[in-house]
Amino acid sequence: MNISNVIEGVSRRDPRSIGRAISIVENHDPGAQAILDSLDAEKIAACLVVGITGLPGAGKSTLTAQLIKEYRSQKKRIGIVAVDPSSPLSGGALLGDRVRMMNHALDRDVVIRSMATRGRLGGVCGSAGAAVRIMAQSGCEVVLIETVGVGQSEMDIVRMADLTAMVLAPGLGDDIQAMKAGLLEVADILVVNKADLRGADALVLDMESVAQQRQERQGRSTRVCSTIANQGQGVAALAQSFKEINGQFQHSGEKAQRRLQARRYEVIDWAVELIRPRIADRVAQKQGFCGDPMLLAQDILAELGVESKK
Amino acid sequence: MSKKYRVLIGKPGLDGHDRGAKVIAQALRDHGFEVIYTGIRRSPAEIAAAAVQEDVDAVGLSSLSGAHLRLFPAVVEELAKAGADDIVVVGGGVIPEDDIATLKEAGVREIFTPGATLEDVVNAFQGVCEKK
Ligand SMILES: Nc1nc2c(ncn2[C@@H]2O[C@H](COP(=O)(O)OP(=O)(O)O)[C@@H](O)[C@H]2O)c(=O)[nH]1
Repeated sequence: MNISNVIEGVSRRDPRSIGRAISIVENHDPGAQAILDSLDAEKIAACLVVGITGLPGAGKSTLTAQLIKEYRSQKKRIGIVAVDPSSPLSGGALLGDRVRMMNHALDRDVVIRSMATRGRLGGVCGSAGAAVRIMAQSGCEVVLIETVGVGQSEMDIVRMADLTAMVLAPGLGDDIQAMKAGLLEVADILVVNKADLRGADALVLDMESVAQQRQERQGRSTRVCSTIANQGQGVAALAQSFKEINGQFQHSGEKAQRRLQARRYEVIDWAVELIRPRIADRVAQKQGFCGDPMLLAQDILAELGVESKK
Repeated sequence: MSKKYRVLIGKPGLDGHDRGAKVIAQALRDHGFEVIYTGIRRSPAEIAAAAVQEDVDAVGLSSLSGAHLRLFPAVVEELAKAGADDIVVVGGGVIPEDDIATLKEAGVREIFTPGATLEDVVNAFQGVCEKK
């Protein structure tokens, strides 16, 4: 399949071309540049990108599958980028989010892509961002980025979204306490899932007080929704909240601001990602080298023509 | 392994046991593969569509129900229909010796029978992905 066929196929919504295009960019294969060059900024601007994050087991993939159903009932073409961490030991990954989404496998207007973080320093943001744009180019009006909210790289991914939903559930008690300070900061919507379980009401109250505190301290409003994802309850209302918040952000300039910030992050990630192999080569060449690692790093950057000293 | 190989593990057909498929998925992950798992009871068309979207190098199918002669070649055909005949299909399960040649003729690259070790399976995936 040559690159011009892939590019033309993406706009034609051909699944094979979309799948290839994402891989080519993810692997920096030849042709990546031509693909990225071909993307239409207007289509990207028009696409709503929602981050869905939360602890393992909170119900993110169940909820994502329900959101697919909801958007399809609105006749919207939808993309999903499901990011999971790579194993630090083997570098492999088990990507199982699709299991809950397989009922949509034959729907050509549901574009799903699983992605492993590949242990990159946030480098996955670049790949996930490119996947989102390729999906937008293929006509997706909504793209959901689903990721586990446990590590820094996952939070970086969330920064690329226009708005972010944090999925919580009763029974994950201590972990939620631990997350509150940091991770709750990024969420625009706190979704209390598993509203059928004991403790859900208390969690909703708890989250409402978090939302209120944030309003008082930062002047930021945060919605609290509850859902029973495995029964599809609350899902239409959640999608409606996405729409309303997106409207507000468009109006206030927040959306443009976030997109700009996301672009900055992505450019930084790509710059680091692209120079990494050249740095690794230099490190490998310096056999048995000794001295302070930071000073050596500065030397290597100087050799590569990058000024790093203050 | 510098290039990341992506593989999809699927279970077409009606039998509901996926312990074996999961063990293989985990073994592949532990050998550096990115493994997309699609769960049980999926049609060949659904598995092929997922493999195309995920742009995997290979699809591994597992069948214990005896329907492999119909299901495995159907995945090969669906991939070809989607313009993805370069995605390699391998399969395993309770497969009589006599069926192996038929399956290979239908485009299934490798067949594993219950005698195969996890190492055999991982090596075979490695082999078919490298040859691509
Ligand atoms: N009781 C109840 N269980 C749910 C609900 N939503 C999801 N689950 C179950 O919670 C478990 C974890 O869900 P999953 O979507 O895999 O969570 P993830 O790890 O955050 O993606 C699964 O067994 C789901 O069936 C819900 O609203 N109520």
